[in-house]
Amino acid sequence: MTTTTTPRTFGPALGLSCRECGETYDIGPRYACELCFGPLEVAYDFGGVTRDSIAAGPRNIWRYRGLLPVPDHVTDTPNTEPGCTRLVRADGLASALGLRRLWLKDDTGNPTHSFKDRVVAVALAAARELGFKVLACPSTGNLANAVAAASARGGIKSVVFVPHDLEQQKITTTAVYGGTLMAVEGNYDDVNRLASELAGEFEEWAFVNVNVRPYYAEGSKTLGYEIAEQLGWRLPGQVVVPVASGSQLTKVDKAFRELGTLGLVDETPYRVFGAQATGCSPVAQAYKAGHDVVQPVRPSTIAKSLAIGNPADGPYVLDIARRTGGAVEDVTDDEVVEGMTLLARTEGIFAETAGGVTVAVLKKLVESGKLDPEAETAAIISGDGLKTLDAVSAVARPTATIAPTVEAFRAVHDKAGI
Amino acid sequence: MAVSVRIPTILRPLTGGAAEVASEGDTLAQVLDKLESDHPGLKQRVLDGDGKVRRFVNVYVGDEDVRFAQGLETPTPDGAQVSIIPAVAGG
Repeated sequence: MTTTTTPRTFGPALGLSCRECGETYDIGPRYACELCFGPLEVAYDFGGVTRDSIAAGPRNIWRYRGLLPVPDHVTDTPNTEPGCTRLVRADGLASALGLRRLWLKDDTGNPTHSFKDRVVAVALAAARELGFKVLACPSTGNLANAVAAASARGGIKSVVFVPHDLEQQKITTTAVYGGTLMAVEGNYDDVNRLASELAGEFEEWAFVNVNVRPYYAEGSKTLGYEIAEQLGWRLPGQVVVPVASGSQLTKVDKAFRELGTLGLVDETPYRVFGAQATGCSPVAQAYKAGHDVVQPVRPSTIAKSLAIGNPADGPYVLDIARRTGGAVEDVTDDEVVEGMTLLARTEGIFAETAGGVTVAVLKKLVESGKLDPEAETAAIISGDGLKTLDAVSAVARPTATIAPTVEAFRAVHDKAGI
Repeated sequence: MAVSVRIPTILRPLTGGAAEVASEGDTLAQVLDKLESDHPGLKQRVLDGDGKVRRFVNVYVGDEDVRFAQGLETPTPDGAQVSIIPAVAGG
């Protein structure tokens, strides 16, 4: 669908270019290079974006609209206004891990409690400019929540496809917003494949992470912008990012590089680390094997939001980890649960399984000496633990169940040494 | 063997706009060779200079990603559905 009644405007975006072969295209609902199938990326001509112009913007991702493929008037249309989530100085977790200074980007604070609100807000803005009337996606859950909510608020239809065995919490937190929710008998990669095929059949639908993916993916840059701005306009020395498709990690790196190029931060060196669950760790395995391509795997992990067996941006994650002197590491499901409880018990932050992956990888990287404990480190907590209650329900239990009497409490109290 | 091949949008200019075309062969390699003779230029869009499936293309025989099977040597039984799909990420 390419017709619109008003001129399209995509802010500083000039066009699209192929990340593989460099072929250029006009702005439009396209995502793969016609020559080599490489992913298309937005090309920009950034105007006079300054720290002051950003600071004068709203307290959400639209303060960075001069760096995103959205119209200047994006703030005038109903959207979920995500972003500007907390950057938490995590002294308790830092102490437990032996790090000097640790910051947590707590993206559980977004409107639907994950970073996906950022990418969907940009996708919705682009979809509007491109004239689409339906927002659709395949999802492991967080994206489903974000698309359903953004569509409800934006007043457009949504069609969301999820694996049928998704966590019940994520089903409920999608269906509640209305719209169409299709539970597909297959894993995420099966759902993704179906969506890719449907995107070829239903060309009037904006599949946020398929045919409007170049715009959508840019929303993750705002994580990097916010970390730098919240640190007082500087870059952390190390950053740990969860890896599903790999898009978030590549966009955080892109954001840091853009800020340096634009003179908004000093171009200090930083190292980028990727975090995966061992049960779905194709990028970590490729990193450790020294490969520059990623062999797909069949996922088997409790970290379902990261369970993409065929991660499209995996090769770029490898490039970035190697270029910056970082690494890609993976942790077992038991370590994921330990990461979730460690984070909750040291910082009072209840993250979903992906956050457990990030914290457990952080721990492993410190223990193996790959992460410098003296360097300032930032880690991204991408979603809320209320979405994956089953992961910790066995270890997060009442201390005891007692009769409603003082004696009963005293008996347990004395025994447990509370 | 006679198979049916699903063509992604960006390759349809090469198939006269058809979303599904017939081909034949005992393996995926042979199916692609037949496609190339019927729709010149198609094979080089799917395979890279080394003759391997491009890293941003997924090819399925039935429900099986050929990277999990035998790659270009994956058998293509009679009546099989072959799908060529751009790799996209999600989340």
